[in-house]
Amino acid sequence: MTAELALFADSVVRAVPLILTGLAVALAFRAGVFNIGAEGQFLVGAAAAAATSIKLASFPGVATLIIALTSGAIAGAFWAAIAAELRRRFHVLEIISTIMLNFIALYLISFVVRGPLQEPTHIYPQTESLAEAARLPIIMPGTRLHAGIVIAIIVAILLSWIFRNTAIGFRIRAIGAGPRAAQTAGMIDVERLSWAVFLWSGAIAGLAGAIEVSGVTFALYENISPGYGYTAIAVALIAGLNPLAVIISGVFFGALETGASALQRDFAIPSSIAGMTEALLILATLAFAGLRNRSIGLSGNER
Amino acid sequence: MSAFETFLQGTIRTATPLAFAALGETVTERAGIINVGLEGAIIAGAFGGFVTAGFAGTWAGFAGAGIAGVLVASIFAFFTIRLRANQIIGGTAISLFGLGLTATLYRQIYGATGAALSIPTMGAMKVPLLSSVPLIGSSVFEQPPITYALYAIVPLVWVWMYYTHAGLGLRAVGEDSRAAAAAGIPVRRTQFLAILFGGFLGGVAGGVLVIAQSGSFAEGMSAGRGFIAIAVVVLGRWHPLGVLAAALTFAAASALQYLFQAMGWTIPYQTFLALPYVLTLLGLAGIAGKARPPGSLGKWQTLD
Repeated sequence: MTAELALFADSVVRAVPLILTGLAVALAFRAGVFNIGAEGQFLVGAAAAAATSIKLASFPGVATLIIALTSGAIAGAFWAAIAAELRRRFHVLEIISTIMLNFIALYLISFVVRGPLQEPTHIYPQTESLAEAARLPIIMPGTRLHAGIVIAIIVAILLSWIFRNTAIGFRIRAIGAGPRAAQTAGMIDVERLSWAVFLWSGAIAGLAGAIEVSGVTFALYENISPGYGYTAIAVALIAGLNPLAVIISGVFFGALETGASALQRDFAIPSSIAGMTEALLILATLAFAGLRNRSIGLSGNER
Repeated sequence: MSAFETFLQGTIRTATPLAFAALGETVTERAGIINVGLEGAIIAGAFGGFVTAGFAGTWAGFAGAGIAGVLVASIFAFFTIRLRANQIIGGTAISLFGLGLTATLYRQIYGATGAALSIPTMGAMKVPLLSSVPLIGSSVFEQPPITYALYAIVPLVWVWMYYTHAGLGLRAVGEDSRAAAAAGIPVRRTQFLAILFGGFLGGVAGGVLVIAQSGSFAEGMSAGRGFIAIAVVVLGRWHPLGVLAAALTFAAASALQYLFQAMGWTIPYQTFLALPYVLTLLGLAGIAGKARPPGSLGKWQTLD
């Protein structure tokens, strides 16, 4: 097996959480919900998946895997629901609440990996490893490339289909383009739909965390996410909030981050340059959208 | 030092950078602009302050920190005012940019693994008489001078905002940009300057972290303070004095751990770390319907 192949596989492995959290952000932003909390939703999803997978060790592997992935998605949705409720009932800006929840999720993980879920020897701040049978299968032998990429692509296609071909998808795009117009038109309960979109967005980010645990790390520990949920914002925006394009931008950012790590290792160029590049790409997208004076989704607020 | 004194000292220490940043953001938001890029200004200020203070001394360090914050804020201003980019997305990008830029510069200049570099921190200054008051004397009235500067600047901003012509102009722009423009107020210039002022105080907040507190720079050391500051502005109901009170309350919640530890409570320490964020969420929910944000906050209004 060539080194290039391994590097490609690593880029795709890195892309899986970026694509899924990117889809979570794209879905929310499309509906005008500024969910900056994909990071926290990813973390609780990872925690829930690790917890169920370890507690259900006696189950058959496949069943455990499915339950773990599902509980990850539910946990993510629950975490988003807190912010969604705060927004609906108390008009708390979701950008603030989701960031607060990101911090709370971080401390929650810090607690569980030193408390209830710590590995049996109680030495390392992490959980025990997931059973072999309950892990996502490797789809390219000899590499780390796991089946998570398939799930990510299915979710992307599903979202794209919903946006294009269903009434719900049309309504989501309508409230993102102009909530007042959508409300006035009468056919859309904006509050309720935003709430539902927020939860689905959280579920996708939670699923991303569950997949990371089941396919890559096989255990839960504090620094399980190097900021996937924040990079996700760049991934979604570069893709113009288009689900299928998120796959491409996710792989691009996966390669960027894998490449940056290699640059640091081989040429002593700081890998944090990747983060800076991502931010500059968001700004470039904004500038482009701004100069073209496009008002939907990306540039401008409600006029 | 008793547990209560440690609590007081911790409260004031945590409140200082937070209140600087939140005060600046208050001015920005009163001009109708929400700058989520505040985090970027803080981390830039921390780095700028670290570099400047290293060769030019502490006060110059704070100036360098403020200027670094202004530079980052000016990028935000360019994008939101000139290009009319979405404020939330632009601000998020600026935060990520500031964090990435400072990490890259720090590693490039000082080496990724280099020994922790430190600069001499600003010494504490005793307030005559008051510092000898029992219990609160040494914990409250022995602070680095920049802390006293905060408590001088807050009332100044308050008076400026509510009792001067320019302050009225600022609030008018934030309430209704179109009406303000019709009244002859230079709306865009006001918003631009308000963003820069917010960036300056955000930078100073970062400077406080380095120059008055830790004495060294660390990647991501702003640790979400920019976002907490934005919540603090809401909790303080967009009023300079309220914002200072809210910053002190948040800081007191963070410092509770010193009291509880002294009482021998055996609660996981992460509970205390998470507590301020939980309280902030509860506070934001509790204030609903009682505080009204500036009328045009976060909304772009065309002026013609």
